[in-house]
Amino acid sequence: MDADTIQIKAAWKILEQVADPEVPVLTVIDLGIIRHIDIVEHRLQITITPTYTGCPAMDVMSMGIRMALLENGFKHIEIKQVLSPAWTTDWMSESGKQKLKAYGIAPPNTTQAVCTPQSFQQEESIQCPLCNSYHTQLISQFGSTACKALYKCDDCKEPFDYFKCH
Amino acid sequence: MLHTDSLIHYTLHLADNALILSQRNSEWCGHGPVLEQDIAITNISLDLLGQARNFYQYAAILIGGTASEDKLAYHRNENEFKNCLLAEQPKGDWAVTILRQFIFSAYQYLLYRQLAKSTDHQLAAIASKAVKEVTYHLRWSSEWVIRLGDGTAESHARMVNAIQDLWMFTGELFLPAPYETEIQNQGIITGVEKLQQEWITTIENTFSEATLALPTDTGWMQTGGKTGRHTEYLGRILAELQYMQRIYPNCEW
Repeated sequence: MDADTIQIKAAWKILEQVADPEVPVLTVIDLGIIRHIDIVEHRLQITITPTYTGCPAMDVMSMGIRMALLENGFKHIEIKQVLSPAWTTDWMSESGKQKLKAYGIAPPNTTQAVCTPQSFQQEESIQCPLCNSYHTQLISQFGSTACKALYKCDDCKEPFDYFKCH
Repeated sequence: MLHTDSLIHYTLHLADNALILSQRNSEWCGHGPVLEQDIAITNISLDLLGQARNFYQYAAILIGGTASEDKLAYHRNENEFKNCLLAEQPKGDWAVTILRQFIFSAYQYLLYRQLAKSTDHQLAAIASKAVKEVTYHLRWSSEWVIRLGDGTAESHARMVNAIQDLWMFTGELFLPAPYETEIQNQGIITGVEKLQQEWITTIENTFSEATLALPTDTGWMQTGGKTGRHTEYLGRILAELQYMQRIYPNCEW
């Protein structure tokens, strides 16, 4: 392995420590927002893609990435944001989905016909992250952060967040 | 260069639409009819603000020099804003807010879907990202139009009033401004007038489920926002939005 490859591998490893400030069980790797890590003219270039256009956590995550790399000895860091191809919840890692569920947030279903504008369409069947029942209902399409919707379990009666497919 | 000028104007038009409607909707923050809907309308505001930022950042790159997203949002005057008149109208009651969001989301959904195929890669990238969010806005606002229109006598009457208040601002959405025609001729965009038929079908379908009538006599359509001629309401929004930067120019915290 050449020096660049070793550095890039090290950088990927470090980013496993950088958490999403709003859903702290997820790392930036779990979210699938890191598109590439390259070395360009001796600078470490991290290419990230935003989850939601207006998500305020993106700035915090960029800062978190920079801090973590600086603390681990990287000096010249450039964080580049690309919009295309647009981020999708399908890029979230499998372990990320498991962590979300353990944290009490229903992980996103795979992107499917559900993401259409038709009103009162058949709702997605979302599994309750607490008791695993599919007997749940949507309370609101919009939740505490841009990425979540509010659901309620009809079996265990607990309300819960669903990380919506996007 | 005319080419870039028109593209800059158009990008600002898209940004201004998103920023002004975002600001309007955010007036509901803490005042929504129920908690979940307060959260929903402010989530929509946040999405729109994000779109505005993306477009302003791109416009700033096209303009070059010291242009920045903040200067474009905070340092321009009323007559430089290119948003549609629809976006700046007062929030009114919940019916007015819902109807405006529905009309606008239905328009934005079609527009962004079209823009996602633009030959301008940055506009296409912003649009294909944003259309996913707008899909949720359109669903949510359609459901509310139906709930209110087909609800009680009171909610139905309020929706009818809202249609009367806002319909005159819908014509402008599909009337291209000179800068739009210019970049359309250059093949960068396909053109808003092509979206009108599908838009009206969307409106009609939801209205019919909501037991609301589509205005048959479309009457006089107000225009001018896209070229900087606004209703009195824009000045008041800007007075609030730009206050801090006007008092302490370039302040940061």
